[in-house]
Amino acid sequence: MRLVVYIALKHLLARKRQSLVSLMGIILGVAFFIAISSIMQGSEQDFIKRLVDNTPHISISDEYRTPRIQPVEKLYPDSMVSVSNVKPLTETRGIRGYEKILSNLKSIDGVLASSVLLGQGIISYAGQEKSLTFNGMIPEEIDSVSTIRKYMIDGRLDNLYGNPDGIIIGNNLAKELSLKLNNTITVVSTSGNIKRFKIVGIFRTGRGNYDTTQTFANLKSIQTLLNRPNRINSIIIKMEKSGDALELAKELEKKIGYKTESWQEKSEDIMNALLVRNIIMYSVVSAVLIVAAFGIYNVISTVVMEKHRDIAIMKSMGFQSEDIRLIFLVQGFLLGIAGNVMGIPLGSLLIYGISQVKLKPPGGTDIVNLPVSWGWEQFAIAAAFAMCASILAAYLPARKGAQLMPVDVLRGGS
Amino acid sequence: MEKNTLMRTEHISRILNTESLPVTLVKDASVNIKPHEFIAIKGPSGSGKSSLLYLLGLLDRPTTGKIFIDEIDITDFSEKKMSEIRLEQMGFVFQFHFLLPEFTSLENVMLPMQRLGRLKESEIKIRACEKLEKLGLADHIHKLPSQLSGGQRQRVAVARALANNPRMIFADEPTGNLDTESSQVVQDILKNLAHDDGCAVVAVTHDPEFAKKCDRIITIIDGRIIT
Repeated sequence: MRLVVYIALKHLLARKRQSLVSLMGIILGVAFFIAISSIMQGSEQDFIKRLVDNTPHISISDEYRTPRIQPVEKLYPDSMVSVSNVKPLTETRGIRGYEKILSNLKSIDGVLASSVLLGQGIISYAGQEKSLTFNGMIPEEIDSVSTIRKYMIDGRLDNLYGNPDGIIIGNNLAKELSLKLNNTITVVSTSGNIKRFKIVGIFRTGRGNYDTTQTFANLKSIQTLLNRPNRINSIIIKMEKSGDALELAKELEKKIGYKTESWQEKSEDIMNALLVRNIIMYSVVSAVLIVAAFGIYNVISTVVMEKHRDIAIMKSMGFQSEDIRLIFLVQGFLLGIAGNVMGIPLGSLLIYGISQVKLKPPGGTDIVNLPVSWGWEQFAIAAAFAMCASILAAYLPARKGAQLMPVDVLRGGS
Repeated sequence: MEKNTLMRTEHISRILNTESLPVTLVKDASVNIKPHEFIAIKGPSGSGKSSLLYLLGLLDRPTTGKIFIDEIDITDFSEKKMSEIRLEQMGFVFQFHFLLPEFTSLENVMLPMQRLGRLKESEIKIRACEKLEKLGLADHIHKLPSQLSGGQRQRVAVARALANNPRMIFADEPTGNLDTESSQVVQDILKNLAHDDGCAVVAVTHDPEFAKKCDRIITIIDGRIIT
C-alpha cells in the first residue's frame, strides 16, 4: 500500500499545475458547500428558534378535532344514519376539568403549563376601532410559558401582578392609536361587556400582526370581561425538549380528547417550506462539488492516458490490475483529502466572515448579525461528499487504466 | 524433454482477431528454454518475433497450445498468478527504455523489489545500488531518466529487470535504439547474465552481430519457427 501511495503522489506531483487546479476545485467546492449550508442552517435554526420560543410548544384548546358522535350513531354503529339540522347545545365554552389536566401536566418532568382564556374584543379610541385578542393569563406564570418579557419595550410585565386593570399591548397598536404607557383604554368584548384598562406595558416582537392584535391581562379580569367566570379555553405548554412536542401532543389528545396541537403541527407549512429550501440549497452546493469532481476526473483521465506506457511497464514488471487501479484511486483520494484539509478551514473562515456581516432586516429596526450554524453535520456532509466525488471521479479512469493490456501498448510502442 | 528445462512451450499459436480478418501472429511454436542459455529470436519485421517474446514473457496468452514452467502447465493460470510469476521470475528489457519518468534510476530499480515486498526498504536500496553499480551507473543513481543518455537508460532498464534476481530475462530489441558502443555494452551484460549468473536470456534482435554472440538462434518467419 505504501508503494501505491508513493507512486500516486509522484504522479500528482509530476503535474503540479493540473493537480493544483483540480485541487482548487475541491477546496472551493468544500468551502462554499460549508459556508452556504452554514448560512442556510443558521437562518433555519434561528427561524425555528424564534418560532419555538415565541409560540407555545403545545396548545390545548376547547375544541374537538371531530364532531361529537350523535347518540343515534352510537346505537346503530353499523347502519347508515343520516342526521340533519343538528344544532349544538348552547353552553359555556371552556376546557372542563382544567385544574386536573394542569396538575397532571405539571407533574411531568420538563413540562411547564399555564391556563389561558383567549377572547376577542374591540377597542375604540379616538374614533378608531380595532379588534383585539385578549390573553387572560396568570401573571406569575407568563414567564414560564411565554417569551413576551424579552420583547417589552416600555413598562414592565411585573406591573400586571395583582393589578386587575392592567393590560399590556403591542407597539403597533400603540402607534396606530397614539397610545402611551399609563393611558387608559376602553374595550368591548364580543359578549358586550365593557371594561377599562390601564396600559402598564408595551411589547414589540417584530411580527406586525402579533404586535397589533395581541394583548395580555390578568386571567380574572378577562374572565369577567368575557363573562366566563372560572373558565379557561386554552392551556399552553412549554417543554424543555421542544422536539418531543409532537409526541406529547398526540398522547395528551388521546387522553383528554380536546384538540391538542404541537408547534410542529401548527407550523407544518413553514416546516415544509424549509424542507424545500434545504433541498434546493443542497442541490446547488452539491453541483459545485460535482463540477469539482469533473476536474478530478479530467486530471486523472489525462494522467491515465499519458501513463499508458508506464502502466504497461508496471504490469510487465509484475504489478497487478488492482495495484494499477489503486494507484489512480489513491490519487483521487489524496486530492479529496487535500481538498478537505484546505477546504474546511477556508469554509470556516467564510462562515466567520459571514457571521460578522451586520444587516438591518427589511422592516426591522434592530441591526443583527447574519445567523450561521457551526454544526458539525454540515462539515461532515461536505467532507464525505467531497471524498465520494473525488474517489468516484478517479474510479472511472482508474478502472480503464487497470484494464489496459500491456501487450497492446508494447505492440504499438516498440 | 530435458530435465533442466526452465520453460517450454508446446505448439503455441496466437491469433489476433482484428476487425477485418483474424491475423496469425505466432503459429505452432514449440520452444525450450534452459538456464544459462542466451537465445536470440531473429526474423524479418512483422514475422512475429516480439509476439513470441510476449507469449514467453506471459504478457500475452496463446490462443492454442500450452506453456510450462518447471514442467507445470501455467497456460490457464489467472492474470494474478501470471503477474506473480513475472514479478518473481522474469525481467523485461524493451527497445525504448520504458523507465518511469518521474522516478530516479535508483527508484526505478527499487520498484520491482518494493512490489515483491520481501526485503526491508534499506536492503532494497542497497541491492538496487549494487545492481546499478554493477552496470557502471554508480554516478547516475539519483538522476531522472531524462538526464541520462540512451545507453545509460537501457542499462538502468537492465538493472531494473534484474531487481528480483529473475530466472529469465526477456529483451525486445534491447540494442535497437542504441549506438554501436552502448549496444556492445548491453549485449555483453546480457551475455554475462546468462553465462555467469545462470539466467536464461531471450532477446529479440535484428542485429546479426548480436545474434552471433548468442548460444542459440530461433529464426521465425511469418509466425513459424524455422530453426
